[in-house]
Amino acid sequence: MGLLERHAAFVRALRAAGMPVSVAEGLDAARAIGVVDLAERETLREAYAATLVKRPAHRPAFDALFDLWFPPVTGAASAVPPREDGPDAASADVPELRRRLAGFVVDGAAAAGDPEFTRFVRAMVERFGRQPAGPGRQAWFSYSVLRALSPGTLMAGMLGDVLGGQERGGMAEKVARRRLEDGLAAFEDAVASDVRRRIAEDSGIEKIARAAVKPPPDQVDFLRVTKADLAALRREVYPLARRLATRLTMKHKLGRRGRLDFRRTVRASLGTGGVPLATPMRPRRPHKPELVVLCDASDSVSAFSHFTLLLTYALREQFAKVRAFAFVDTVDEITRFFAPGADVVDAITRMTREADITRFGRSDYGRAFERFAEKYGDAIGPKTSLLILGDARSNYQPPALATLKRLAGEARHAYWLNPEPRAQWDTGDSVATPYGGVVEMIECRNLTQLAAFIEDL
Amino acid sequence: MASWFSSPAEARERLAGVGYLAGDGVATPVFLAAALGKPLLAEGPAGVGKTQLAKAVAAVTGAELIRLQCYEGLDEARALYEWNYKKQLLRIQASGGQGWDETHDDIFSEEFLLERPLLRAIRRAEPTVLLIDEIDKADVEVEGLLLEILSDYQVTIPELGTITAVTRPYVVLTSNATRELSEALKRRCLYLHLDYPSPERERDIVLAQVPGIEAALAEKLARTVAALRALELKKSPSIAETVDWARTLLALGSADLDERTTAGTLGVVLKHASDQARAAKELGLAAG
Repeated sequence: MGLLERHAAFVRALRAAGMPVSVAEGLDAARAIGVVDLAERETLREAYAATLVKRPAHRPAFDALFDLWFPPVTGAASAVPPREDGPDAASADVPELRRRLAGFVVDGAAAAGDPEFTRFVRAMVERFGRQPAGPGRQAWFSYSVLRALSPGTLMAGMLGDVLGGQERGGMAEKVARRRLEDGLAAFEDAVASDVRRRIAEDSGIEKIARAAVKPPPDQVDFLRVTKADLAALRREVYPLARRLATRLTMKHKLGRRGRLDFRRTVRASLGTGGVPLATPMRPRRPHKPELVVLCDASDSVSAFSHFTLLLTYALREQFAKVRAFAFVDTVDEITRFFAPGADVVDAITRMTREADITRFGRSDYGRAFERFAEKYGDAIGPKTSLLILGDARSNYQPPALATLKRLAGEARHAYWLNPEPRAQWDTGDSVATPYGGVVEMIECRNLTQLAAFIEDL
Repeated sequence: MASWFSSPAEARERLAGVGYLAGDGVATPVFLAAALGKPLLAEGPAGVGKTQLAKAVAAVTGAELIRLQCYEGLDEARALYEWNYKKQLLRIQASGGQGWDETHDDIFSEEFLLERPLLRAIRRAEPTVLLIDEIDKADVEVEGLLLEILSDYQVTIPELGTITAVTRPYVVLTSNATRELSEALKRRCLYLHLDYPSPERERDIVLAQVPGIEAALAEKLARTVAALRALELKKSPSIAETVDWARTLLALGSADLDERTTAGTLGVVLKHASDQARAAKELGLAAG
């Protein structure tokens, strides 16, 4: 494959992975690789990144694809002479290898880009990553490498090394642990990346490219989040809230009609010899809805409802008043856990521990609505927007449609955000359509959809 | 366009010469922006050295830095050019019996044009670095205004015609990403995402910025700040704040960063009460 074809195929792969690369940007990239030194792989990577990747969220996917299309030269690293202080990585026993890995992590070899470390990772994948997959074929796996070396269990020993004689449990340990964790994660990433490279060599780049790319955090499905995703999502809360808030304020200001702003008109007319050519209007009074959030806190949708709650609270300034209620099969007010300035993670832990929302532990929407109307019916008034978060899976209990209809009727607006894909509504115990007939139901599977909804609110 | 840098490695070396420590990820776009003659859009959290980058580029190349600070309500008259209407009025009054056609041609000439930063950067013949700071603070319309300048390095003034740059300025735009910039703008720029540096680089920055600090203390400081950034905080400490912290420790005469010193000086890097409480809990500091 020539350089030009490789470039074109790489751009195509980026587009296939959902990155908006325009033709002009592709040309810029081609021009950029014309002026940089192609032998410098990291320079080439950054040249591509600067011209093609314009959103930080796309960078991990870009890096994974770049490693596939422009793999490192394997010869260079193996040309480094093996270390003197022990047997070769291909023959050493596992405790020796673990000792060596710990040494790399403690020295921070991965961050420093030590070629010795790269060589070690390759040797480990070569030795442990190969699994037979049918006659005459082989497959590569990173989990078998990690199982053989079990890097997770190295932590205690490494901490002892780093801290020396210092006491445990203090700040020094926390800081050191953080560094070692990063080192171990770098090792795991390096193994995964080398495994991908080998698979690509065996069976072609296109085949692996699709599997190698994870969606950016704002496209991750709420119902399929892993623990790491959830942390990444929480990290997005404040930037996202800030962006949304700016956009919402901007929308408010864009009023062409309204009352004349006399002072600014006269001031602007001075620039045109006293003739009022520009006539600015007073900004319109912002519409601030009162918000009542009613969210399903059962395990099946907890990631979704927690996240949405966090976002509404981060956006508190955009609403005159926010009250939040959670339910599984009975309902409790949880507003108190989200006091201004409260810590995000704390609020969630306290909510799950202290709020009285569970009786039998299976969601029962009908009962929750009945109890809500009974205990907190006065929370909803003509200025309130009611927001229900949940998958509408009520374990075949009576849905209490009449109660919900009454609640929705009293509120100014009522919306239901459902984290399930529309295709799965009404399957099994879902009562999406009956509820959807009473309250407008909106599919909300990822951050992008959630942001779009809040903007329209 | 005059060659500003000959290679990414050279760009990195020269930037390091004025105390700006750039990695591969920064040096390459900085070099490309000059080599391809395209504007450089630097985006990232507050306090990671976006504005400083433009200043460093100006310093190493000996170019003049022209800065346009963006804010809400910034308009053409303050960014690009304005007619000096007071002078025009005087000219009309002074013209007396002169015919209107002559006067008209007269008052829309160079003499009555007030240059604003963008036009000034375009018209300068000497090397120039144009810094458009915090573009995300300006209204969306300003982005539209910038498009002609950024792609063709020219400005169209209806009465005078199109003014094209004699020497292309080196353009740096910065943004804190408080809002998404338009695709049209991003497409015309090289994109540089500046993020918090690795502990190793941050240590070097502290060593470069704070003379007299012990290497071991700088190392410890950088590691602690990295641990703080890993927590889920409302506002992570910026590089500038790390440097402030180093200065604080130096002023206090602390040779070591232990639990007690950290608890006492945490306010230098964390500026939300809830962030401080969280850090104290996670790092095992005594409250207060």
